[in-house]
Amino acid sequence: MFDFVTATPTQAPPRHRGHRLRRRLVPYLFLLPFMVLFVLVLIVPLLLALDLSLYRDTLARGQIFVGLANYFSILDDSSLWDGLAHVVAFGVVQVPIMLAFALGLAVLLDSGVLWGRRLFRIAFFLPYAVPSVIGALIWAYMYGPSFGLFSSIAHAAGVRAPDFLSGRMMLVSLGNVVTWEYTGYNMIILYAALQAVPRDVVEASWICGATPWQTALRIRIPLIGQALVLTAVFSIIGTLQLFNEPEMFKAIAPDVIGDHYTPNLYAYTLAFTDQQVNASAALSFVLGAIVAVVSYIFMLATSRRAAGAG
Amino acid sequence: MSVATLQRPATSLRRTKLLTTALLAVFLIYTLVPLVYLLIAATKDDEGLFNSFGLWFAPQFHLFGNIRALFTFQGGIFTRWLINTAFYSVTSAVGATLLASAAGYAFAKFRFLGRDFLFALTLGAVMIPQTALAIPLFLLMSKVGLVNTPWAVILPSLVNPLGVYLMRVYAEQSVPDELIDAARIDGAGEGRIFATIALRILSPAVITVLLLSFVATWNNYFLPLVMLESSHLFPLTIGLADWYEVSSAGGGGQALFPLVLTGSLVSILPICALFLAMQRFWQSGLATGSVK
Repeated sequence: MFDFVTATPTQAPPRHRGHRLRRRLVPYLFLLPFMVLFVLVLIVPLLLALDLSLYRDTLARGQIFVGLANYFSILDDSSLWDGLAHVVAFGVVQVPIMLAFALGLAVLLDSGVLWGRRLFRIAFFLPYAVPSVIGALIWAYMYGPSFGLFSSIAHAAGVRAPDFLSGRMMLVSLGNVVTWEYTGYNMIILYAALQAVPRDVVEASWICGATPWQTALRIRIPLIGQALVLTAVFSIIGTLQLFNEPEMFKAIAPDVIGDHYTPNLYAYTLAFTDQQVNASAALSFVLGAIVAVVSYIFMLATSRRAAGAG
Repeated sequence: MSVATLQRPATSLRRTKLLTTALLAVFLIYTLVPLVYLLIAATKDDEGLFNSFGLWFAPQFHLFGNIRALFTFQGGIFTRWLINTAFYSVTSAVGATLLASAAGYAFAKFRFLGRDFLFALTLGAVMIPQTALAIPLFLLMSKVGLVNTPWAVILPSLVNPLGVYLMRVYAEQSVPDELIDAARIDGAGEGRIFATIALRILSPAVITVLLLSFVATWNNYFLPLVMLESSHLFPLTIGLADWYEVSSAGGGGQALFPLVLTGSLVSILPICALFLAMQRFWQSGLATGSVK
């Protein structure tokens, strides 16, 4: 597919120059298909949304330019702040718990002192292969009062099961679903990083008399700092865009999960239920900005701390 | 495993081993309970679901009846969803992998003007919330008349920035410059060097990106939810979520619960099988990305 470049007229006498031109074009040709689509499905929609977010639909005069007014009204909208409060509360608790589990499992697997390492590794990863919609649906049924697993266990034990779908419990219930879905995936990434820690470093610490725990805490975990930051950033991004799980839980707990339980649910409602495309575009940008700023601050903070420690 | 492990007394080693395995087993139970629940629930009819214990079988084994009902309900629409999902996933995965391989190879093996800028742009895209993008994308697609067509799902899925990143890292580590130069001296064109030499060396990363893109499309919910309206275009996730919402709302008086559960089981089996069969590849592939 790249051969047409070699067949340009410059091919014959000044062979050297044609060759160099060709060599210069090659990387761009390799990049072209990806970049064209990248621009079409990422850059163009972003610009379009930016443009839309600056207009407002009016009955009298159609679309009119309103500058940043949509942004001000979104930032003034308590629905957005309600949603943000939920995802922040969710993220502050769920992300550390999930990553602690993932790290713990990865360290245990990497220690090599166990039976059935292959089985564990693959089994922990399985939930990631389950679509989050189906994962949420299974848990929703298990939580549910009608033929839920927990209610039947509690019934057999003669106690009342907690109401997993109540307003107070909902964030915990959702957090459990997300933890179930993604702990294994994060574990695989951390485990791979642990495996890449040079053997001689680990063995040196053994020879110096370090216990397995000391080796794990002082040697291995600091050496996989980058992988930890990576998993943390991806988890934070995922939390801020929480949608699938609350959307599925809305069906069985409509009173608890309204139209703006998370910012993304709100953006979806604005665009498709309320037909407020301009406001939705502004909200998407605000959310994107929050994600970018939070990830950036997090990476900056962790890299500074790592530099200070080193 | 390591030198010191072997030096420690056998009894203490055994005890540690037992403790580690037990700790992991606890988490294993947590991981497997929902899947076992699903497996067992798929063997029950509506009455069995309500009147038997969740983690054990009901007196009547209804799995085959459920499967028959699943594939005939609403004129066999579930088969349609299954085919759609497979089609979207295969085309997206093959396309995304080809594009990511070529781009990653270019980033890794050529020096050119704008390389760092384009790569930073690609990586920056990982930060953009997928869902924040879906609504603008919907507006764009509706402008060009692609909403409610397979293209609306496939085109966005062809762009996998993380795949480009993985490919670049892997190509930097594994494709030697000398090999490329030697092929050039032998007169091979750049396209041929890429297709016959580089792609072969890159095959573990190719399989990883293929698998991850496949799963991402198979499991995608938000994008098709936004883009598709006709149920004959739905992938499994949207179709099942629809049935689930109808059944949870108690609508129609229809016994949809067994269908939703059996349908969920049927739709996760192919993907679990794929992961199990390919585990060697994706594990090494994911390792590449995280080590860097």
